[in-house]
Amino acid sequence: MKKSLIAPPMFGAFALALGGCATPPAATTAAPAASTSTVPVSDFKACMVSDAGGFDDKSFNETSYAGLTKAKTELGVQSAEVQSKNDADYARNVQAMVDAKCNIIVTVGFKLGDATQAAAKKNPEIKFAIVDYAYDKPQANLKGLVFNTSEPSFLAGYLAASLTKTGKVGTFGGMNIPTVTSFMDGYARGVAQYNTAKGKSVAVLGWSSAKKDGSFVAAGPEGFGDVAGGKKLAAGLMAQGADVLLPVAGPSGEGALQAAQASGGKVASMWVDTDGCVSASKYCAVIPSSVGKAMDVAVFEAIKAAKDGTFNNDVFVGTLANSGAYLAPFNQWDSKVSAETKAELEKIKADIIAGTIKTTA
Amino acid sequence: MTNHTVSPRPTFAGYLATRWRDWSVTASAVVLALVVGAVVMIVADAEVAANFAYLFTAPGLALGSAWAKVSTAYSALLLGAVGSPLALAQTTAAAAPLICAGLAVGLAFRAGLFNIGAQGQAIWGSILAAYVGFAVQLPPVIHLIVAVAAGVLGGAVWGGIVGWLKAKTGAHEVIVTIMMNYVANGLLAWLLSTALFMRPGRQDPISPEVHPTAAFPVILGQLHVGFFVALAAAGAVWWLLDRSTIGFAIRAVGANPNAASTSGMSAARTTIITMTIAGALAGLAGAQSALGASATGTPVPLTVGLVGTVGFDAITVALLGRSKPLGIVMAGLLFGGLSAGGLAMQSIAQTPLTLTMLLQALIVLFVAAPQLVSTLVPILKARTSRVAVAGGQA
Repeated sequence: MKKSLIAPPMFGAFALALGGCATPPAATTAAPAASTSTVPVSDFKACMVSDAGGFDDKSFNETSYAGLTKAKTELGVQSAEVQSKNDADYARNVQAMVDAKCNIIVTVGFKLGDATQAAAKKNPEIKFAIVDYAYDKPQANLKGLVFNTSEPSFLAGYLAASLTKTGKVGTFGGMNIPTVTSFMDGYARGVAQYNTAKGKSVAVLGWSSAKKDGSFVAAGPEGFGDVAGGKKLAAGLMAQGADVLLPVAGPSGEGALQAAQASGGKVASMWVDTDGCVSASKYCAVIPSSVGKAMDVAVFEAIKAAKDGTFNNDVFVGTLANSGAYLAPFNQWDSKVSAETKAELEKIKADIIAGTIKTTA
Repeated sequence: MTNHTVSPRPTFAGYLATRWRDWSVTASAVVLALVVGAVVMIVADAEVAANFAYLFTAPGLALGSAWAKVSTAYSALLLGAVGSPLALAQTTAAAAPLICAGLAVGLAFRAGLFNIGAQGQAIWGSILAAYVGFAVQLPPVIHLIVAVAAGVLGGAVWGGIVGWLKAKTGAHEVIVTIMMNYVANGLLAWLLSTALFMRPGRQDPISPEVHPTAAFPVILGQLHVGFFVALAAAGAVWWLLDRSTIGFAIRAVGANPNAASTSGMSAARTTIITMTIAGALAGLAGAQSALGASATGTPVPLTVGLVGTVGFDAITVALLGRSKPLGIVMAGLLFGGLSAGGLAMQSIAQTPLTLTMLLQALIVLFVAAPQLVSTLVPILKARTSRVAVAGGQA
């Protein structure tokens, strides 16, 4: 009895002692960075400032940050980053990156638009890029990175309409801002395209292209971080009969995936920004496809161009044509999507690229 | 009065002893928070933590890397907060709205009211101050005064509604203020989608830039006149509480509303007045956010997140400052310093923002639990008990 009481702490102490007694590796292997890395280390410094969502928002900050991480490992650049807490801090945070002697500073989100432009004017020798924002007449050192997400969302809407059994599909957003509603609007127009082509009347719940309004988790940025709120909206759409959902709400969208998973195969939910089967893999079975927005690729390319000296101020627009916006693979749903639908999606994609189908008003 | 011996007559020595205890607990709380923060930094860094496997065979490696990590981070914190005139200016800029909102919470607290609504009141302050700032053309100085007054008025109305509801219907101010925060946030988001507030040519919910005539004049770097307005507000609150009749009523109602009513003071009237003044102070915090200079020298346009979490940070500022104006100014400066220094920690030492927020939370945790602090710092305990004995003799 007594022994069993004493044994665990003794074992713990032993383990601790053992841990503390390990011999450090020899000095030659102590610095593995130089020996194992095949990428030459560069003096070039790439930096990033998040918006108030932070780099762990499972949404556009995090995806943009993945581009910086990729540049670090593949190009061997130095990096630094600042997370913002308040909107009032943006200018100060961008300035901190200027002070840290960065060669390119990537800022994330339209809220940093003014601060980034002011810093670009003041520091012509530093390159600036901004995700989800573009300027009419940018300085030579300032590049906007925007994404026409209505294009792949249009395809997603068409796909959803082909999959629904109830004749109703749904969508909701995190917050009513253009970067969110462009998904929802494209999705609704894709459904309309299906209805016209097939003579059906699949209804879209949660967004009206005519009214330009729909369902949102919250009025403010907190709408992106509220999984329970997302689940509530998803449940509401399901109660009205929707069986294919498109949540455009960052982490809140996980609520829709949970609701879909709990429905036991009756309801499917798509994903946005990245391929949901990769970023939210445990829900892969309920994800027919995802609307991709390749912010990481755009950020990486901007950093690479700045490093290689080929940086310019032309606005980068991610589209189906340049794969900056894309419809992700069907993954586990590959067999459930008919060959006919697949062929039609290919045709529509070609038409969107050719400009014969418009995905916006 | 002769047989009234419940408490000893306050003496200067006794006053100093209490003050010393308050200050030393607060100071110890800050130090303890920094120590815990250092431990978290070491544990959270995989590379540094891995070196602790060799603690007994190569202590230099483990302790050296831990020291390097912690000292880099904290010297960056210090450098960013007070290391240069520009750093100090940044600290004051971050402190100004915190002080105003802290006063809003602290003043209400003195009347026995939990003002959780400084957030919503500050949001209204920022909405009206920014609107007057970008939509109206007025000469310099006058424009600024009108914009600030509009912000103060917005906050006062938003806070006054709470006081009125509490006084007339008995609605609990905690529930009401929390709900009013949501309403204010929702209204701001809606306003930013209307032509009245939306920037021409853009679809994003962001307002036009405030005219320079409405901005607080810059003194050095980010230090602007708004900081001195915040200090003046603290002075005014001190005068109000310690020198005015209203302040006496506020404190009396806060101490015992029934006794105050019995002695002829209207608890209802005091509640409404307190919440209105508190709202005005929070509105001033919102005006600070909307009209204060950013690092570019111009104010930040109105967005849904412009005031950040100032109303909630204000609760911790008021708590740390023990709801006294001077204490709130000090606490506001400390948190302003943590904000400015936290940025330097991120950009120079690459320490995540979460750590600064953790430090703030730890400081408040330790301040809120003075018993815990004196248990963890034995010297303090010995000293305080001796002080208590000395105080008893006096």
